[in-house]
Amino acid sequence: MKKILASSIFGLSMALSSVVMAEPVKIGVITTLSGGGAGLGVDVRDAFVLAVKQSGNEDIELVIEDDAQKPELAVQLAEKMIQSDKVDLMTGIIWSNLAMAVVPSAVAQEVIYLSPNAGPSQLAGDKCSPNYFNVAYQNDNFHEAMGEYANQDYKKTFILAPNYPAGKDSLTGFKRYYKGELAGELYTQVGQTDYAAEIAQIRDSGADSVFFFLPGGMGISFMKQYAQSGVNIPVLGPGFSFSQDVLPAVGDAALGVKNSSSWSKDLDNEANKKFVEAFQAEYNRLPSLYAAQSWDTANLIVSALSKASVKDKDAFREALKAADFASVRGSFKFNNNNHPIQDIYVREVVKEGDVLTNKIIATAFEQHGDAYASECKM
Amino acid sequence: MSIALLIEQLLNGLQLGVMLFLMAAGLTLIFGVMGLINLAHGSLFMIGAFACAAVAAATGSFWLGLAASLVAAAAAGALIEVVIVRRLYARDHLDQVLATFALILILSEGTRWLFGSFPLYLDIPSLLQGAVPLPGVGQYQLYRLVIIAVGMIVAAGLYLLIARTRLGMRIRAGESDREMIAALGVDISTLYTVVFALGAALAGLAGALVGALQSVQVGMGEPVLILAFVVIVIGGIGSIKGALFGAILVGIVDTMGRFLLPKLLALVLPATQSGAIGGAIASMLIYILMALILAFRPRGLFAAQA
Repeated sequence: MKKILASSIFGLSMALSSVVMAEPVKIGVITTLSGGGAGLGVDVRDAFVLAVKQSGNEDIELVIEDDAQKPELAVQLAEKMIQSDKVDLMTGIIWSNLAMAVVPSAVAQEVIYLSPNAGPSQLAGDKCSPNYFNVAYQNDNFHEAMGEYANQDYKKTFILAPNYPAGKDSLTGFKRYYKGELAGELYTQVGQTDYAAEIAQIRDSGADSVFFFLPGGMGISFMKQYAQSGVNIPVLGPGFSFSQDVLPAVGDAALGVKNSSSWSKDLDNEANKKFVEAFQAEYNRLPSLYAAQSWDTANLIVSALSKASVKDKDAFREALKAADFASVRGSFKFNNNNHPIQDIYVREVVKEGDVLTNKIIATAFEQHGDAYASECKM
Repeated sequence: MSIALLIEQLLNGLQLGVMLFLMAAGLTLIFGVMGLINLAHGSLFMIGAFACAAVAAATGSFWLGLAASLVAAAAAGALIEVVIVRRLYARDHLDQVLATFALILILSEGTRWLFGSFPLYLDIPSLLQGAVPLPGVGQYQLYRLVIIAVGMIVAAGLYLLIARTRLGMRIRAGESDREMIAALGVDISTLYTVVFALGAALAGLAGALVGALQSVQVGMGEPVLILAFVVIVIGGIGSIKGALFGAILVGIVDTMGRFLLPKLLALVLPATQSGAIGGAIASMLIYILMALILAFRPRGLFAAQA
């Protein structure tokens, strides 16, 4: 008994002393806080700040900057954070093109970057880095899940995405698992707001379902126009176009749409319940997928900080890789390329009272990694 | 490919063109009368959409929102003219571009500050919901037909205003010789404010009408602004008639390009490539058209007098 008491006091004092001795940790958050894409960045920032606050870790200092969704600005901010603010860790970027501009040079300068959203295929494959951790997903994942799910009910799907790298990754991901025939494959303009021409082709194609990846305002426009067009073919999509940040703007047009996501507000685990409750109490709105991923990123960092000093890069990387934190997505671990292995769900848009939100109806993949992990020499 | 699909796409092109006309008419009017390049015209489009969405959400009536969009955009236009733009008429185009670009940033962030970062909801009024059967086409969205009709009515109204009224006479006089009509005792600064507010109201109307079809968000005006500039360059800067023809030409060429090019390329290329390449060329098509027209008619199709 004495021995247990002594050792536990010893343990406690160690824990205390490590808190006392802990040095400040600077985290640079570059995200989109102005312009059309600001809704996503605001969710990432708000969830991150709240998670840090709730962790009670007072050594964490945040440097938050707005990239206005411009790659050149993001690069400048990253340089400033690394050179003059001397940040230890970086996170926050929403968009793949910005991530591609910032991440390779940041990780080459031995700054650890944790992605709360973007997951371009290059960074999962041959350009993977021990300093790069993706806490969200690899870009193809949600589309792969929808391709797999479409096999159940559909044989002739019409697919469309914007004509840029993430759009091509999307349709590639869908086709990787979809076994049916394609009724058509279209690439639209980035930032396009009118989809009448595309909807007319969908009507004419004889498709039995439509899969689209149109992030942000593009998806809102497409869904609203589709619902009014008189075309009644079921719609499938990745969770981005049916996330909590865009659902209010789409309105009832989104009801019943099946979409894929690694997270949903109704996921039944303790961490998720706590997260949804805390986020709603603090900000008076439902969290989005981006908020959930950012919350996990912050908690992953907090968990690693309790194990290792951020100045000891090797030990800290190891602590991150262990992913020893309570993810709001339930089971979560890192693959060899530091990308998640996680479950991907199919959700349906439903109405709870007056609020549009999602509910899980199926699991598309269990413990799903990504297609590029084998190209990563690490 | 059926005839019905072709007609449907032509209607889509017409609808896009009519919407562009509402934007381009104000832009070309302001340039014609005051000689001002107004980059902030897209922000007035956004103001119209936000005013409509906010009022519709508060009152439940799209029609009140539509009226609010006209009032808000016209008021914002008049205010901008009196406070800022008035000081720019005498300066060169580069100063005007710089100042109105600054206005875009100020108005965008101001809107975000007022309404938040998330897109707003604006739905088509219940009266105009859904699709209607059209001979030869099958189903076509009713609301798009209404936009075409509204655009045509506005075009006719503008024609009557400019050709038949005293205000229109002054606008035409202002286009021909600014100094002279001031010398003749016309209150030129009031005329300028009225023209600017009229252009702004048209942009606001376009924003509200289109806002119900797409996402009401900060920055929604800029893509439309670029197309509207293409339209007035094609149509001839300063000409309302040119704006109408240019807008419909751009609308139809853009829609048909997006629709036909991938199909044409599919005859010689595999599906994935023809989609990507066809899409890429389609997005350039109106600029190629603009370059071609400028090569043969350097001042546009319906150039106004210098």
